[in-house]
Amino acid sequence: MNPPISSKFPRLELVGITKAYPSVIANQDVNLIVRPGEIHAVLGENGAGKSTLMKIIYGVTKPDSGSVLWDNREVLIESPAQARKIGIGMVFQHFSLFETLTVAENISLALDSAVSPAKLAQRIKEVSHEYGLPIDPHRLIHSMSVGERQRVEIVRCLLNAPRLLIMDEPTSVLTPQAVLKLFETLRRLASEGCSILYISHKLDEIRTLCDKATILRGGRVTGTAIPSQESHESLAQLMIGRNLPECQMAAKIPAETRLKIQHLNLSTIDPFGVTLKNINLEVRAGEMVGIAGISGNGQKELLAALSGEQPMSKGLTTEICGTPADTLSSSQRRSLGLRFIPEERLGRGAVPSMSLRLNALLTSSEGDGLVKHGLISYPDVRSFAQYVIAQFNVKCGGDGALANSLSGGNLQKFIVGREILLAPKVMIVAQPTWGVDVGAAQLIRQALIDLRNQDVAVLVVSEELEELFMICDRIAVIADGRLSPAVPASQTSVEKIGLWMSGEFNDVHAEEVSHA
Amino acid sequence: MPRLERRAKPSRVMMFASPLIAAVMMLITGYILFSVMGKEPIHAFGVFFIKPLTTTYGVGELFLKATPLILIGVGLAIGFRARVFNIGAEGQFVMGAIAAGGVALYFHHLEAVWILPLMMLAGIGGGMAWAAIPAFLRTRFNTNEILVTLMLVYVAQLFLGYLVQGPWRDPEGFNFPQTKMFTDSETMPLLIEGLRTNLGFVIALFLVAVAWFFSFKMFAGFRMEVSGLAPDAARYAGFSEQRNVWFALLISGGLAGFAGMVEVAGPIGQLQPVISPGYGFAAIIVAYVGRLHPIGVLLASLLLSLLYLGGETAQMDLNLPSAITGLFQGILLFYLLAADIFIHYRIKPNPHEARCTITPPPPPSGDMI
Amino acid sequence: MSIEQMILIFASIVAAATPLAFAAFGELVTERAGVLNLGVEGMMLMGAVAGFAVASQSGSLTLGFGAGLLAGLAMSLIFAVLTLHLQTNQVATGLALTLFGAGLSAFIGKSYVGLSLQGLQPISIPYLTDIPLIGRLIFHFDWVVYGSFVLLFGLIWFFKYSRWGLVVRAVGESPVSAHAIGYPVIRIRYLAILFGGAMSGIAGAYLSLAITPMWVEGMTSGRGWIALALVVFATWKPIRVMVGAYLFGGVTILQFYGQGMGVHIPSEILSMLPYLVTIVVLVLISRNPKTILLNQPMSLGQSFYPRT
Repeated sequence: MNPPISSKFPRLELVGITKAYPSVIANQDVNLIVRPGEIHAVLGENGAGKSTLMKIIYGVTKPDSGSVLWDNREVLIESPAQARKIGIGMVFQHFSLFETLTVAENISLALDSAVSPAKLAQRIKEVSHEYGLPIDPHRLIHSMSVGERQRVEIVRCLLNAPRLLIMDEPTSVLTPQAVLKLFETLRRLASEGCSILYISHKLDEIRTLCDKATILRGGRVTGTAIPSQESHESLAQLMIGRNLPECQMAAKIPAETRLKIQHLNLSTIDPFGVTLKNINLEVRAGEMVGIAGISGNGQKELLAALSGEQPMSKGLTTEICGTPADTLSSSQRRSLGLRFIPEERLGRGAVPSMSLRLNALLTSSEGDGLVKHGLISYPDVRSFAQYVIAQFNVKCGGDGALANSLSGGNLQKFIVGREILLAPKVMIVAQPTWGVDVGAAQLIRQALIDLRNQDVAVLVVSEELEELFMICDRIAVIADGRLSPAVPASQTSVEKIGLWMSGEFNDVHAEEVSHA
Repeated sequence: MPRLERRAKPSRVMMFASPLIAAVMMLITGYILFSVMGKEPIHAFGVFFIKPLTTTYGVGELFLKATPLILIGVGLAIGFRARVFNIGAEGQFVMGAIAAGGVALYFHHLEAVWILPLMMLAGIGGGMAWAAIPAFLRTRFNTNEILVTLMLVYVAQLFLGYLVQGPWRDPEGFNFPQTKMFTDSETMPLLIEGLRTNLGFVIALFLVAVAWFFSFKMFAGFRMEVSGLAPDAARYAGFSEQRNVWFALLISGGLAGFAGMVEVAGPIGQLQPVISPGYGFAAIIVAYVGRLHPIGVLLASLLLSLLYLGGETAQMDLNLPSAITGLFQGILLFYLLAADIFIHYRIKPNPHEARCTITPPPPPSGDMI
Repeated sequence: MSIEQMILIFASIVAAATPLAFAAFGELVTERAGVLNLGVEGMMLMGAVAGFAVASQSGSLTLGFGAGLLAGLAMSLIFAVLTLHLQTNQVATGLALTLFGAGLSAFIGKSYVGLSLQGLQPISIPYLTDIPLIGRLIFHFDWVVYGSFVLLFGLIWFFKYSRWGLVVRAVGESPVSAHAIGYPVIRIRYLAILFGGAMSGIAGAYLSLAITPMWVEGMTSGRGWIALALVVFATWKPIRVMVGAYLFGGVTILQFYGQGMGVHIPSEILSMLPYLVTIVVLVLISRNPKTILLNQPMSLGQSFYPRT
């Protein structure tokens, strides 16, 4: 044995962790070593088992077998409270914050000892300023942006003086500039001796930030690496077993305007919703327009307005294929040729407890051939479902399989296929590849490009800047309910779009807002 | 405790088996209950569940009491599938009876073939009108239909009480709070001489078939089911929520009102302060035990009808309170809800770890793995 | 109207309001933890019958109230096991609880129909009760009435200042987050449901031991449902529950005194008032969807089971 100098031991060591769920093995025989002060990446594509592994470390999930060593001593972490006690903090990808409570109340819930409210507020201010993450302890969470919420999560961890901080996909909610600031904070923490486990599938970030990386694929460790010494390609090779696929897209001159919104102002009944301010947008046949932005900046509201799910009053703001569409419902818009693929697949894009066959019927109506005189034509529904499954390579147990038995990627392929095969003139897609494995993402992007090549007007709303630059002709940014002008993708840069994402752009019709 | 694990997909066998399991569990509980109360269990069992069915008249009574349960249950099942919770069918039943009774009293002096159909329409209309109130309040003011439909039960019952005590009381009825007896042309024709089963039962069977066709063959039925299973998906698909609420409430209210008409123009033959032994509430159990499926509703109605009959014979032969019927109804629904867990979960073959209690995981969601 | 009459009317308003307040306070805590228990009516009926049965057997009202509490608790335990462990639908299970409670209470109560007992008496507080007018008006109630106020202030403190109140609110807003940061969501929901059951049991016992000291089948006549409506009306705030309970108490009493005051409306029509008023206040409060969205516990009615 080595002499007992604590820094010689790893801070955290996982040995042979295995966790199986009835339908999938999430982790199999995973080993991982994190040293003090090390920023350690856990790299893997969607579904590789990263989140399950982190939940095991944080005591949310219990492994079937394997052991966890903390400071070289075997520990049984049975609850998050216990994890915090030994010095583990975690910032969740989907934050574990309570919207109707204040920052201070949220933080006090995660402290294991009672602190007086006044003292706590003071501590929050101190710590948040010290690490360059200023927050007001008395604000309600629902009034904060996603980036600010992440600060609350980080400060909540810091108040417990963690010795290991787990960050689960932290940059998806940040602008490129804010990512750099976060990296500064993380480096500073690491220099103070705190170890950081950094979960991501973004190769460039990991190469800039992390000292070491453990790569997961299909629940197993496929290798470890020193990211700064690896290339983008070699990391991708480790992560998915081949190079990251690229999409082929030729230049194309767009034709007539298919979707047009002018001066759209809209407030929602959702008390936590975003008000849309003077939105102007045009999408033409044969072009793909992307809308970038951090989630929670009005995407949901804009999409609901475009799809017709959010009723609007008459005011000549929306036109679909030349027809005024303000007061049209979503089924009326669909009959004009507008089709929409929502971000939530289970429960919105598909009914979880229904078969794929019946889900194929979901967005049909009289005239699509599946419904005749108000009656469902089951043979036609069935053959349509089978056609979608075959055309889009949906892996499932046949057209009778329930929607909730499919993986996220396969269900998304089914929904995309259903909408594309119903011959759209305008296609609106939200987060097309969110949470989808690389293979499915590639297929979906290519299908959207094909659609654009067939002179369909395509609008893509996505948080993944990389994706937008890959497939879009023009890119706009939504920030705080305002939409920037859409600029040709070839004439802009990630940095400029990043700046716009924090709201720093001039409204195309700014002067008209002041009159409104 | 046994450990449960989620099935890869819901068990179709259990979908059909769980109401049967619930019924058997209820019978076992009944057996224990009878013994605890000092009755010879086998005998009591026979009196409660077998004896009512040993005579032709008894079978006729079974169908007679099943009639309102089928009518209301079929309507509620359509509403519950769409997640519109009309739990005030009892009130719509009463209002249907009042409307039909009003027609009967108004044309009391006439004898014409059109009176009975008119009473049927009035019954349906009365139930629909009563259900239209919660439908309007829900769609216009976002008011919870569960509470409103329920409050209206009490209002309807009090209204009936007022009518039979006051303006509609039979002047020659020795001051009893009841109306005149309906004439022959105002009563439902009997199916077979000697039995009380009437035309309503045949209509109820016909409506079971209609409801089945609507739910499984028509796009409108599909729309309602989607609204119930995934409201966001329904909104996304463009199925109007307002139409859904109106339709569910009008259908279930109309059928409950019709059931009320069949009851007062059938076995009762007049309006009285109390015209239902809780059919409107029992039909909620019928709808759930029948798996919200029209055929299931038919079978469940027969079972609950038997519970009513058994309660009556048990009161006469065993001196047991007839309230035992309500008790069995409640127990049945509990067992059904509990048995339903086996649709989605199964008991893990070997419970190897002592620390494990029942741990059914929620449905797998992509981001957690 | 004489002063005596006014004191009498006020006392009956208080008596009508108290069981509503108890049942609604219980349901408020349950709902704040994200659980919708529609079985209040059934739990109250069981509390009423158990309270009356035990009190008339033992001769002790205190034991009667204890039995009422336990009966409500036992009923809510059934609900908790079904919804929390077996993941049953909360709406269906709550309805089942009400139907079951109605059946079981009628069954148990059969042999007690027609009996009566000496109901709960007001307690006199030395000096305070002797104050002219005011003493009889506000210091001459039974201990359950005072208990409802203790409960009110207790709940206000609990949700506003205590850590566990914060935890209950957090669980009601997002059980997923509460579980992620390490709170035992199921255990907390159990306690909230059981508290609701116990309070409904007391409310029921108050009906059969204080207001009308006897047992009548279905004697709650919708009070459990009105209590549910009160929680919505109160936008999940304890103080407003109390105000609402007294409002409804007043409406209920109005029907009795209406006739006495020479108003010629049939009693059945007057008896409709509490139910109609319930509908009207529900409409008023839910008219603006934001009011409900902002105040309703966000996970209300949704099942949750931690994945381990």
